[in-house]
Amino acid sequence: MNAPVKFETTLKDWETDQEVRWCPGCGDYAILKAVQRTLPQLGANPSNTCFISGIGCSSRFPYYMETYGFHTIHGRAPAIATGVKLANPDLDIWLVTGDGDGLSIGGNHMMHVLRRNVNMQIMLFNNEIYGLTKGQSSPTSREGTKSPSTPIGSYDHPANPCAFALGAGARFVGRGFDVSKNLPDVLMAAHAHQGAAFIEIFQNCIVYNKDVFNDFAAPKGAGDRQLWLEDGKPMLFGDPKAGYDKGIALDRDTLTLKVVDASEENWEEAGVLVHNAKDRTIAHMLIEMPFGPFPMALGVIYDDPRPTFETAVIEERARASEGKEANLAKLLGKGQTWTVDPNEGHPTD
Amino acid sequence: MASLAKEKPTTAPEAVVVRFAGDSGDGMQLTGGQFTLSTALAGNDLATFPDFPAEIRAPQGTLFGVSAFQINFGSREINTAGDAPDVLVAMNPAALKVNLPSLKPGGLVIIDTGEFSKRNLDKAKYDVSPLEDDTLAKWDVLAFDISALTIEAVKPFGLGNKDALRSKNMWTLGLALWMFDRDRTPIEDWLKAKFKSKPEIADANIAALNAGHAYGETAEIAGPLTKVHVDAVESEPGLYRTITGAEAISLGLVAGAQLAELPMFFGGYPITPASAILHHLARLKEFGVTTFQAEDEIAAICAAIGASYAGQLGITSSSGPGIALKGEAMGLAIMTELPLVIVNSQRGGPSTGLPTKTEQSDLYQAIYGRNGDAPMPVVSACSPGDAFEVAIEACRIAVEYMTPVMLLTDGYIANAAEPWKVPDPETFEPFPAKFLQEKNGGEELLPYKRDEKGARPWIKPGTPDLMHRIGGIEKAVDTGHIDYAPDNHQAMTDARVNKVKGVKVPDQDVALGETSGTLAVVGWGSTFGPIHQAVRRMRAKGCDVSHIHVRHLWPLPANLGDLLKSYDNVLVPEMNTGQFKTVLRDQFLVDATPLTKTSGQPFAIAEMEAAIGKYFDDVSGNEGGQVPVNDDQLPSPEQ
Repeated sequence: MNAPVKFETTLKDWETDQEVRWCPGCGDYAILKAVQRTLPQLGANPSNTCFISGIGCSSRFPYYMETYGFHTIHGRAPAIATGVKLANPDLDIWLVTGDGDGLSIGGNHMMHVLRRNVNMQIMLFNNEIYGLTKGQSSPTSREGTKSPSTPIGSYDHPANPCAFALGAGARFVGRGFDVSKNLPDVLMAAHAHQGAAFIEIFQNCIVYNKDVFNDFAAPKGAGDRQLWLEDGKPMLFGDPKAGYDKGIALDRDTLTLKVVDASEENWEEAGVLVHNAKDRTIAHMLIEMPFGPFPMALGVIYDDPRPTFETAVIEERARASEGKEANLAKLLGKGQTWTVDPNEGHPTD
Repeated sequence: MASLAKEKPTTAPEAVVVRFAGDSGDGMQLTGGQFTLSTALAGNDLATFPDFPAEIRAPQGTLFGVSAFQINFGSREINTAGDAPDVLVAMNPAALKVNLPSLKPGGLVIIDTGEFSKRNLDKAKYDVSPLEDDTLAKWDVLAFDISALTIEAVKPFGLGNKDALRSKNMWTLGLALWMFDRDRTPIEDWLKAKFKSKPEIADANIAALNAGHAYGETAEIAGPLTKVHVDAVESEPGLYRTITGAEAISLGLVAGAQLAELPMFFGGYPITPASAILHHLARLKEFGVTTFQAEDEIAAICAAIGASYAGQLGITSSSGPGIALKGEAMGLAIMTELPLVIVNSQRGGPSTGLPTKTEQSDLYQAIYGRNGDAPMPVVSACSPGDAFEVAIEACRIAVEYMTPVMLLTDGYIANAAEPWKVPDPETFEPFPAKFLQEKNGGEELLPYKRDEKGARPWIKPGTPDLMHRIGGIEKAVDTGHIDYAPDNHQAMTDARVNKVKGVKVPDQDVALGETSGTLAVVGWGSTFGPIHQAVRRMRAKGCDVSHIHVRHLWPLPANLGDLLKSYDNVLVPEMNTGQFKTVLRDQFLVDATPLTKTSGQPFAIAEMEAAIGKYFDDVSGNEGGQVPVNDDQLPSPEQ
């Protein structure tokens, strides 16, 4: 139901007159531009587009989009967006959240919007820190993260947003990062997916958690550290300019993934897997690959649509209403009734 | 009250109170419900009080597992479920023990001796069977083996003993129908419909019903049992049905949405005693109703807010603990100025409190219970039938003023039933919602530009070229942009407060009595019935007392302060520790005196009469400031 008619716009049409209030150098600027670049390509209509967010740095996003926007309360954006979508299924909804908003205070709602499969794009900006409250560790902070609330280092195990999403029943899981040129492609795939599309976007918080993603996001050596997945293509990585030199294969004895030497010529013999976006099992493995020995899996990791929640609600309402008349007078007088006769003031039946 | 003395009364009693009590698995609520229906069909006015434990199937035979259903019916106007029963049906020793103290002296107790085994007596903590000592001396007793009689009656249907005993409640109902001269046909029809797919079960139940009825016919010689006929009440001509508070609120909300010409979105989460509203509305989809069972209370209100934002009438419902969880989201609805109805079916608190018992202790929460200066209109229902009108009123205020509104009802109203004159929808005043279609500030869109009522425009996302952003951060006057400036916050706080203050509320009237005098008894919500009856009785004794019932709790009627000041005394009975009393003192500087009760039980009329009596030393028959009340009539403190 997203954008039934192609609408002609440019990036400028999606910018508001509001001054952007993120810290200079924040990764959010890059994501904002990526989204504003993507929407014209989708032929989206600003009047029919709605950005809904919770609380946090990321959740200021709607103020900068010349669309309908609702900046709600901490963690609850998925619930509010569910109500919006059920009330008007034709709206194109983008949910903007962060690691604290979406996985800590709003973790419950995130689970349910995904399992219900409400048709919307969910962008979770993961900067592994609470930014707007001045730098406390978040549910995705790595063990040992030093912050005002964890002065000698955090000791709780971080959540993996994509693993959470897949576990909650998401039918689309994608990953990108703020400054990646591929981010619009992931957003477009998410938009094309009918249902709840979950996109984790690694985002650099330059004030409280600077450059924590540099080990894979930095341009230098990126080819060796990023595995960009494409449906139907072999899982090859390495510097594409020099020709890919490694691939991901399945160790059939241990049922685990492994890195093998491979090239664009010999990947088949090397046993490199072909990405099948509908393969939930491999998707789990790709999401859980430990970074370091493995590259970071990025792009569309999983994409296997099933009927959406709002479609089911509409169909159920239609079924339940079949052959019934919305007659208020009849409804009020339903059940076993009796009449008091005007002449007697006593019941007649 | 009627006396069910051994001789047949020469005149028909005006009103009779009957209480059915048994184990929570005995089907007492069903029995009570069907007896209510037959009472309504017989043309009596009535009020009911279902009183059941929080446990679905509490351990059998225990004192805390007792479930009771009380009904007061009569040939005159009935406002409460009655103080003390005239007839108590006790299906086991525990039910007898818990309910006997409230039975009126000289009243009739009907006992199933089949359940009075040593084991059940132990569970009810009876050392000696009450059938064998003088425990029951004050009352007429009819004790016989209902269990055995039921088994005998359903024998032809080949049920096992366990299944056969399930029909015990129908046997008892049959006896009650005989006692009060009622038609069995509607109950038979109901049983046939209920057990459509299991006709043998329907037949067995009908056989039990008939056997109970026949027993009454033949046992007339046995002593205390007499046939009593209560005349039909004089009532306005028209079509009637019985209705519970939960049904009435659901229907009122459907009517409200229709009058606003809006589809309804209802977000709910299971909680006692509010869930019934979700259940009712889930079956009314043909009225453009969407029901959404959310993952939690917060999601339920948030989804409703989302739906309101998108142009539907968002509604959510819960009870105290759930309302507490919704608090932050209510603030969002106040800040974004979106219509929303929040129904609170109050129960005993704090925390989990008394899930199935009634209380009015969420008034502070309704009026004051949010962060920041967060004004919100509050309305209250006083009876099942009244709940219908109040639900429409809540929808009207929400839509006309672009504001969340809280509707207070309680567990007593939600579950209680009364006859209801079916209203004609043609007589309702519509209040169609308007949506902004084009820019309202020349070239500019001003989402927070207010109309003469102080309400901002409702702008549906999807409307061409009216893109704008709203949220919980303070908004600039008119434009709605983020604005933390001191003057702006002052202006917007004032605008929100003044909008709610300006909600048009009818002038306060006097429910019974005069507009000045010695004493005003001021109530809100479900205390209406006992206050009204007590004031009626005390006025009959010559006391200068009036009843004021307040429906609009926020904002309060503009004339209420002056009205209260025209009485020498103001008494405020409440099922809490005095919350409305505090509001009245604060708003009007009147010396309001509290009369409080937090036992999980509604006020008895006698309690109210005693409290009123203290103001009238000089009234004949009331010397010493005490109404002659028999303490036995008051509910026991154990309850």
